[in-house]
Amino acid sequence: MRKPSAFEMSRRNLLIGTATSVAIGATSAQAQNSVPQPLAAATAADAPAMATVSFNVNGEVRALKLDTRTTLLDALREHLHLTGTKKGCDHGQCGACAVIVGGQRINSCLTLAVMHEGDSVTTIEGLGTPEHMHPMQAAFVKHDGFQCGYCTPGQICSAVAVLDEIKAGIPSHVTDDLNVAPELTNAELRERMSGNICRCGAYSNIAEAITEIAGRPA
Amino acid sequence: MRSFTYEKAHSPAAAASAAVRTSNAKFIAGGTNLLDLMKLEIETPSHLIDVNGLGFDKIEPTPEGGLRIGALVRNTALAADERVRRDYGLLSRALLAGASGQLRNKATTAGNLLQRTRCPYFYDTNQPCNKRSPGSGCAAIGGITRQHAVIGASDACIATHPSDMAIAMRALDATVQTARPDGTTRNIPIADLHRLPGNTPHLETTLGAGELITSVTLPKPLGGTHVYRKVRDRASYAFALVSVGAIVQRDGTGRVAVGGIAHKPWRVEAAEAEMPRGAKAVAARLLDGAKPTRDNSFKLALVERTLAAVLTEAKG
Repeated sequence: MRKPSAFEMSRRNLLIGTATSVAIGATSAQAQNSVPQPLAAATAADAPAMATVSFNVNGEVRALKLDTRTTLLDALREHLHLTGTKKGCDHGQCGACAVIVGGQRINSCLTLAVMHEGDSVTTIEGLGTPEHMHPMQAAFVKHDGFQCGYCTPGQICSAVAVLDEIKAGIPSHVTDDLNVAPELTNAELRERMSGNICRCGAYSNIAEAITEIAGRPA
Repeated sequence: MRSFTYEKAHSPAAAASAAVRTSNAKFIAGGTNLLDLMKLEIETPSHLIDVNGLGFDKIEPTPEGGLRIGALVRNTALAADERVRRDYGLLSRALLAGASGQLRNKATTAGNLLQRTRCPYFYDTNQPCNKRSPGSGCAAIGGITRQHAVIGASDACIATHPSDMAIAMRALDATVQTARPDGTTRNIPIADLHRLPGNTPHLETTLGAGELITSVTLPKPLGGTHVYRKVRDRASYAFALVSVGAIVQRDGTGRVAVGGIAHKPWRVEAAEAEMPRGAKAVAARLLDGAKPTRDNSFKLALVERTLAAVLTEAKG
């Protein structure tokens, strides 16, 4: 492996130094607008609280001891090193972190890992592998359902769950008649996938990929 | 995010008493709004009480012919329930107009009612906000106010309530059941759950300390045609500029509640008497006393026109 150059090392130190001074600047700016907190309370509030949790990820039981603040997303990526699931906005707006928990798609960034004791989590790694792709993964490749690929794991997890939701008769905003089983139209797919943002704009190809899989006999 | 301790509650009474016993505690269920706000340090609980194990996840018929919806019933499950789709279509429609599929899979009935405003000044911790930091001022007033309230606001706050579901609950006259730390329970009409901002915009509901919502009850079905029309900047996955939920009977009478215009779901029963006379008459009564800003005065016309579209759709 190539050793980092002196320039890179000093650049890194410079960035760390800058980040620190920015943080101090922000703290003193905030202090002017808020009631100062006693130092001891601030220190206690910053001390991490740890908790244990055990859940099944892609068929394997995983036990973790975590800072309670750890989201399911960070537990998957940083602790279990399942980096297929992506962190986009980290605020539930983009859908890049979508995984399937107990058969339902959720945003893994907006849920705490410790709240998932005993749950079954499926990530993109659990759907398929490069050698044995899930049909939805293969369809995304075939239809060019991505460009940069960052949103793709979330898109695919969401798409797999969307087809189950339609099969289960769950209506959507564009379903004409609430009392009739929803049909798998392009409008239905687009509405149901609206929580997965693709900045490259591969939407039409994503819709084609999902449509192909949906059209196959179960 | 600030550090916090975490516990799972095993009974509503234990949850409610833990909430008052532990300083700065909060309940967590779906977490889709609370965790977002905790990451921004707008919410900074030092203790979380996970209420997901309390079993309030059923939708059951009531002796009065209505439905009791457990506080933990997820938005997806509520919208998809066969009885809700058949008898309370307005509620299904409002739920399906909100958020995204993966958020609705997590978000709960009670959490939806208690979600906080999406006012950008509330979200920006560099700005003064009386809701986030009481007494600090309101950066929205005099700021960019296209999304803000046009009625029922105050000099302290012009934020709106963001829920679609709550608009349907208000039109349906739902009641909210709670458990309190002293072991008692109570019923709160949905009209009395949310407050107007006044001088205390940080107090958003009439719930007491540690009071936990356990269910939301719908009265027996009203019949009629149920319509929810949401006007927003995108076709999907956006908060309302204006939304109108209505139940219209064959004779033209009915109910209407409006979202996107006030600090709580906006319904004026007296305005409903005008329904047979059309949208203009209803809107005039509904918006009596409105004080829009230059940025959001369009909402007055938008309410009237959206209501006109809803009444036309209801006629079929």
